[in-house]
Amino acid sequence: MKYSYFPGCSLKGLGRAYEESLLPVMKHLGVELQELEDWNCCGATAYMAVDEAKACVLAARNLALAEKSGNQQLLAPCAACYLVLNKTKHYFEDYPAMKATADRALGAVGLRYSGNTPVRHPLDVLLNDVGLEAIKQKVSKPLQGLKIAPYYGCQLVRPYSTFDDQYNPTAMDRLLEALGGTVVRYPLKTKCCGGSLTGTVPEAGIRLVYILLHEAKKRGADCLATVCPLCQFNLDAYHAQVTAEYGPVLVPTVYFTQLMGLAFGLPDKELGLNRAAIPFKWRPAAAAAAAPKPAAAVA
Amino acid sequence: MMEMQRTIKYDADRVKGFGREIMNVPGCEQLEGCIQCGTCSGVCPLSIYMDYTPRQVMALTRGDFKNEVLRSHTIWLCASCYACTVECPREIRITDIMYELKQRAIHAGIYPKRFPIPVLAREFSAMVRKHGRITEMLLVMKLFLKTNPFAAMGNWRLGIDLLKTGRFSLATEKIKQHGDIARMLDATDAKKGSRA
Repeated sequence: MKYSYFPGCSLKGLGRAYEESLLPVMKHLGVELQELEDWNCCGATAYMAVDEAKACVLAARNLALAEKSGNQQLLAPCAACYLVLNKTKHYFEDYPAMKATADRALGAVGLRYSGNTPVRHPLDVLLNDVGLEAIKQKVSKPLQGLKIAPYYGCQLVRPYSTFDDQYNPTAMDRLLEALGGTVVRYPLKTKCCGGSLTGTVPEAGIRLVYILLHEAKKRGADCLATVCPLCQFNLDAYHAQVTAEYGPVLVPTVYFTQLMGLAFGLPDKELGLNRAAIPFKWRPAAAAAAAPKPAAAVA
Repeated sequence: MMEMQRTIKYDADRVKGFGREIMNVPGCEQLEGCIQCGTCSGVCPLSIYMDYTPRQVMALTRGDFKNEVLRSHTIWLCASCYACTVECPREIRITDIMYELKQRAIHAGIYPKRFPIPVLAREFSAMVRKHGRITEMLLVMKLFLKTNPFAAMGNWRLGIDLLKTGRFSLATEKIKQHGDIARMLDATDAKKGSRA
């Protein structure tokens, strides 16, 4: 299994722990990722507010580069990149004039895009290409006893639910259970974290972050698992502001790939676990404890 | 003396043709069928902070109230979570309409003081044009310096956390073919022939 890998700016910046954990985990599963040569910013939500034709052109350069690389499938771990790349594909299908504009812009730099690059999220690849059975076989330290709130955020499932239900996604729930973790019921799993509002309109953004953390705590979660670098940043880095406003709700937020790495027995330092402001200290028991459970104790 | 203010809109406040113009934009066509049910306002996680709810923005836009929507706080509070778009029974792509309104407000130079989002959008697009990639810390620093340096100081704890966890990096990320981005963006403009 080989994919073009589109890290996006966040995975090289504030969300580097996502890349740090994604790469060894995928390698451990035999999934080959080739970083897209000379990829550029997808445009994110910010560029859509400037000019959607240009936003699509920015995204299209990456789609064209993926096509040129020969690896048809493009892996986009960041939820915002994933949305923008998919949105661009939709625009091109629905509005031929936009595709024509993008074709001319790409032509100006000697690129072309036929429209066929599938954009995939790691969760999609893990569940549908690798498979939960193959993942289970790699688990050497099950996440036994760890209670996890699965937090998907908005942009992975909205507005395009490509591989999961947009109202109640379960891909990450199933994955975390396969790792031996306990998934708590978390009805806010697709509620918005506020995106960049934490920085631009903090009174609104910080409140949304607080709501998510508070609910996770109320549900007894030891941590939140996320699929998006901006969600991780918001839920983790603004703890001082949240505490000042609402009191402490220090639930750590980790990438689902970091939990996979722990369950696979990969060393901490390969998983970027030192990157969080609210530290995640829980570790699975040694491999011995991973042996099949003894028969239930007789009461 | 009590200041008297008119609370209903008159026909004279309309900018005739504005609604039609928006409904002609790719992705915004379905606005015509809005039934004013308010589902968008109900599911919006930010509507409690808005001056006009999303439902009202839909009605005002369709009704040609250009000045009201372009000056509203609503368009800057939209976080692009797409909850309204997914829930709308008339399949109106409300998030995309908000994007269109943001673009027009930026283009018309309407930058409300309280909302630094237009500044973020401008700095973001300038950085992409120049380097092809975003260096997040650099973008955040620019945003704070250009809008509210005091808020940046209020966030000292965040800065320290980022330093401690090795995420504070100001080294500029850039692509190799960085001239390509500007060439592509200019080629897009040339063909559209209108907005920058």
